[in-house]
Amino acid sequence: MPISMKNQAAVAGIGATAITRNSGVSELALACEAISKCLDDAGVAPGDVDGLVTYTLETNDEVEVARAVGLGELTMFAKINYGGGAAVGLVQQAAMAITSGAATNVVIWRAMNGRSGQRMGQGVSGNIISSDLIHWSWYMAYGMVTPASWVSMIANKYMNLYGVTAEHLAEVAIAQRNFALNNPNALNYGKPLTLEEYMNSKRITESLRIHDCCLETDCGVALLVTSTERARDLRHKPAVIRGVTQASTRGQEQMTSFYRDELDCLPEMEFAARRVYAMSGLGPDDIDAACLYDAFTPEVIMQLESFGFCKRGEAKDFVAAGNLRLGGRLPNNTHGGLLSESYAHGLNNVAEGVRLIRGTSCNQPDKVEHVLVSSGVGVPTGAVIFGKD
Amino acid sequence: MTITGRIKPPMGHDNGWWWQRAAEGVLAIQRCAKCGTLRHPPRPMCSECRTLEWDHVAASGRGTVASYTVLYHPRFPGYEYPLIIVLVDLDEGVRITAELKDCAPEDVRFGMTVTAFIHEDPDGFRLPMFRPAATGGQ
Ligand SMILES: [Zn+2]
Repeated sequence: MPISMKNQAAVAGIGATAITRNSGVSELALACEAISKCLDDAGVAPGDVDGLVTYTLETNDEVEVARAVGLGELTMFAKINYGGGAAVGLVQQAAMAITSGAATNVVIWRAMNGRSGQRMGQGVSGNIISSDLIHWSWYMAYGMVTPASWVSMIANKYMNLYGVTAEHLAEVAIAQRNFALNNPNALNYGKPLTLEEYMNSKRITESLRIHDCCLETDCGVALLVTSTERARDLRHKPAVIRGVTQASTRGQEQMTSFYRDELDCLPEMEFAARRVYAMSGLGPDDIDAACLYDAFTPEVIMQLESFGFCKRGEAKDFVAAGNLRLGGRLPNNTHGGLLSESYAHGLNNVAEGVRLIRGTSCNQPDKVEHVLVSSGVGVPTGAVIFGKD
Repeated sequence: MTITGRIKPPMGHDNGWWWQRAAEGVLAIQRCAKCGTLRHPPRPMCSECRTLEWDHVAASGRGTVASYTVLYHPRFPGYEYPLIIVLVDLDEGVRITAELKDCAPEDVRFGMTVTAFIHEDPDGFRLPMFRPAATGGQ
């Protein structure tokens, strides 16, 4: 009998710093604050943490964080690659450690001065010859330097094939902005967005305006993952991990999977969907709310098809009908998401997935049994389904 | 990061030869020495038969636009904006990412036929680009 991660582990703590455009502190300070708050939220002592997982893009090493926060003896520490594609990978790594006994209390985190420090929107460059740099160089030499430039190559094809318009993208951006208006922690709190403003906003690429692109922020987010059994004795109702997976498919590149036959879908996200639905025994009809990775608005629309909420080409109509708003079929990114709350490489979206299960979102829908959260789009990715205990 | 001009590719074992051929005026396509499968972007091993030996062929330069985007912002020195980037399905059966020149952004079409040429920067750096085929699109 193979070991299953289904229902074995749960998220029991959430911690986050303020979200700003200039934190004025180090990334290590942001990590410490988020992790410390996360432990207090869960009611777990620092000395009881024995596992740590973060992103390869994280600049704070595990041992620096452990020393600063006063964590215990560590039995598992790992970093997951591919930027926002790692988000759910952190959850999977923690769930694997707990299910296997490699660790008992695992902190996963991301802390970044994403606006005042190294900005993702400024693109990539470098000098050390590695296969990663050679990969980027096929695009850098031609001026494709930013995430928006890579994403729009696929988005433009998809939008042209299925008649997706700027108004459809605007609905994704405005629905999430409306959520942020109720989230005092969101960077875009107090900043409503109208369709007119959206349409007149700065053109970034052929299909993307500035409001289609995620924020750049300084912030830290941390979550505590432990066994479902231990979580029941902690301060909050557990957000149980029903299914979780990473996903990469044949022909995958990092952001530039341009060489596959089909350019109008997300094969790695469809793979993630098959995996989480199979592990959890659930399907799209069981999902009450979602945090679909939203670095760019077209990615949200395409994922609605990847995860089976709509048939190919029909997601635009699903969106236009207001289904991503409160009261709609699938309230999405109820905290404002990467577009309107903050950009913590998707870990803030995972945190919102947990709040939705706890019933503590700023925009809590009436009935939430299961929440789907996805990792970055166009990169090796992943998905998790959280459920109530 | 500060960009002061076109970002030059690093010249490693796996890609330097391709840029060298471009500098010599050739749009090259890597070919497996055992099974003959063409591949792009270049990689050290053939994923069809796991052979490390390879050579290359010179592309005809003819192809069609599988997708494209136009870049408006941010603007980096060394590139001309609006910058049109195309994915071209070469007649040989591989796809390549490059810039489209001599075409207005509003005139780009999915499926339009294009031909390759070698562009030279003021500093002498050369790289393959495309322009609309003389006979027009389909
Ligand atoms: Zn071969």
